[in-house]
Amino acid sequence: MTELLSVVVDAVIYSSWLFIIALGLTLIYGVMKILNMAHGSFYALGAYAAASLVGYWLGHGYPPLASYGMLVLAAILVGLITGPLVERGLLRFMYGKDEIILLLVTYALFLILEDSIKIIWGVNPYFISEPYGLLGVWDVAGLSYPFYNIILIAVSVLAGVGVAVVLQYTRPGKLLLAVIHDREVSMAMGINVNRFYMVTFTVGTMLAAIGGALTAPTVSVVPGMGVGVIVLAFAVVVIGGLGSLQGAALGALIVGLVRSAAVHYLPQVELFSIYVVMALVLIFRPKGLFAAAEVRKI
Amino acid sequence: MKKLSCGPKTFAIAVSIFPMLLLAMHAGAGAQEKPLKIGVVTFLSGAAAGPFGVPAKQAGEVVVEALNAGGKVPGYGSKGMGGSSIELVFVDEAGGTTKQVTEYRNLIERVDLVIGYISSGDCLAVAPAAEEMRKLTILFDCGTPRVFEDATYKYVFRTGATSTMDNVAAALYISETNPNVKKIAGINQNYAWGQDSWSDFLAAMKVLKPGIEVATVQWPQLLSGQYGAEISALLSSGADVVHSSFWGGDMEAFVLQASPRGLFKKSTVVLTCGETGMYKLGSQVPDGTVIGARGPFDMFAPDTELNRWFRKAYQDKYGVPPTYPSYKMAQALLGLKSAYDKARSSNGNKAPGQDQVIAAFERISFEAPGGKVQMALGKGHQAVQGMVFGTVKHNGNQVTYVDVKTYPPDKVTPPEGVKAEDWIKSGFKSGK
Repeated sequence: MTELLSVVVDAVIYSSWLFIIALGLTLIYGVMKILNMAHGSFYALGAYAAASLVGYWLGHGYPPLASYGMLVLAAILVGLITGPLVERGLLRFMYGKDEIILLLVTYALFLILEDSIKIIWGVNPYFISEPYGLLGVWDVAGLSYPFYNIILIAVSVLAGVGVAVVLQYTRPGKLLLAVIHDREVSMAMGINVNRFYMVTFTVGTMLAAIGGALTAPTVSVVPGMGVGVIVLAFAVVVIGGLGSLQGAALGALIVGLVRSAAVHYLPQVELFSIYVVMALVLIFRPKGLFAAAEVRKI
Repeated sequence: MKKLSCGPKTFAIAVSIFPMLLLAMHAGAGAQEKPLKIGVVTFLSGAAAGPFGVPAKQAGEVVVEALNAGGKVPGYGSKGMGGSSIELVFVDEAGGTTKQVTEYRNLIERVDLVIGYISSGDCLAVAPAAEEMRKLTILFDCGTPRVFEDATYKYVFRTGATSTMDNVAAALYISETNPNVKKIAGINQNYAWGQDSWSDFLAAMKVLKPGIEVATVQWPQLLSGQYGAEISALLSSGADVVHSSFWGGDMEAFVLQASPRGLFKKSTVVLTCGETGMYKLGSQVPDGTVIGARGPFDMFAPDTELNRWFRKAYQDKYGVPPTYPSYKMAQALLGLKSAYDKARSSNGNKAPGQDQVIAAFERISFEAPGGKVQMALGKGHQAVQGMVFGTVKHNGNQVTYVDVKTYPPDKVTPPEGVKAEDWIKSGFKSGK
């Protein structure tokens, strides 16, 4: 029984981490129909920016508890700077082109960003582990979990609920839903679609960067940390259905549970357990679990 | 009109003799001044650059600079190698095995020989290419025992010992320091390195402690970085000893995530590649953790003049101490120098050719910052060294190592012609 409880706790922690990243990816796709291969690089940028900012903060003796705020601030800054830059500077010229072209463009962007990170921060690892252990540990099912994970889960829930509330209950959110539904008609109705695209991309980038920033205290920040994350985020988003918020949440939960169960009961299959689930979902629901019914356009 | 003292004919002769004189003057010196170009292939980008590739490159630069100056390296006073000064040409090992074989074929057009390869996959692919192209190639770091177990080479040498010794020595160390060990667990990256490391360790433990139980074996993806669930599984497994061959960012993430959760207190954790992370992460690695440095390197290196010089030269230039990849690169260069110098003196003090260097290199024994190295296996092409493990103990702010045990080469390496797997299973028979 305690083993099962620890499987669930591990799953929830892992799912929260995945959800923050997948949320940004699915948001960008849902609104702009761009599969952002560079999402992992924004994650890495968030981690590096957090490492630099928090490293500076702690190095100068400022209150360690405020370092959590610094993590989020670093991520927001990354989003605010790189989001509009990339969207206005590069992607804007690609709208309306074939989806494959957009995929190649974002992949090229990923490669450029990976090397830029190495130029700016070098190849040596960065450590900012103090925030991770600062709040102590709590015991669940006989095992210790750092309290830091509660923050991770809280941010994840906040992000999901926040985006959902904005989409459903605010005016800009409802306009965005219109843009998601039909870009041309929205433009015809006078909605500034370009601005919505820029804001959405910025928010998506910020979410990826928050994922990276919150991960930074738990790992050594090294080049290439964004690569594995893209693959996982894709799996989550594909399972849940591209463009669906609830899909990303459910996909993250499923992936987290499957992986956690594999690690505890059958570690040898852990590597491909997620992809087996993805394959099964795609066999029965090719567009994902929460794929919207598509209207055929003539 | 007065005739010019130097008529046009005389002038023409003088003009044509002058360059010939110049050439003659430099001809003697020129033959010895042609530098020895060494291609160095190591990770300069990607996850393996920070912990391995860059320290190796930096060590290469330090050693070559000192060798070219002459009289700086203890025990290796003569300038350069075999009389020639050394020039290093660096190539990035990143990009995968197929790319590396292509890069190798391109590189040997520009250099006299190659030292390189951290990745076992790259070693296994490049060795046959080296043999085919008949170019002296020294593998300096990769661990797979299969290079000289599966084939014989004339042109390929490996100046570093294999990974078998890491894990056999780990098993020996654990059975000596934790004699009551009943349950072991493992967490290793799910690819050849991790798989081989665990299987060698497990096989050795089964021989040393028959009836040993395996509590759980975790196989996270390489470069995963998130080990929450794995750590929970290890914690609830009740293992006495946890074995891990994690390296680089994965190892550091594992330490950062497992330490606050008490894994290191509950079990004795063995990090066979732990040494590279100790400088930045030492304060996070709790007492009782068993650390390996892939050989008698770094904190486990013997206190010789050569080691002291190497550490000081490296630290003065780069501000950080050298780690095991640095030691292994220095070892490759000094081994090569020993071979070159030996070949030169047998060649009437003239720069030796490749075949003479190869003949001198086989079965050579030389001193390196990590101690004595013997090219004793693989028909004289594969080095053997002792293996050292120690346990972390914090002394205030300082990280020290207690219970440091050194295992001589014949205890941790299979004899010539015997495969590592078979040797372990036979109970480490020295088989003559």
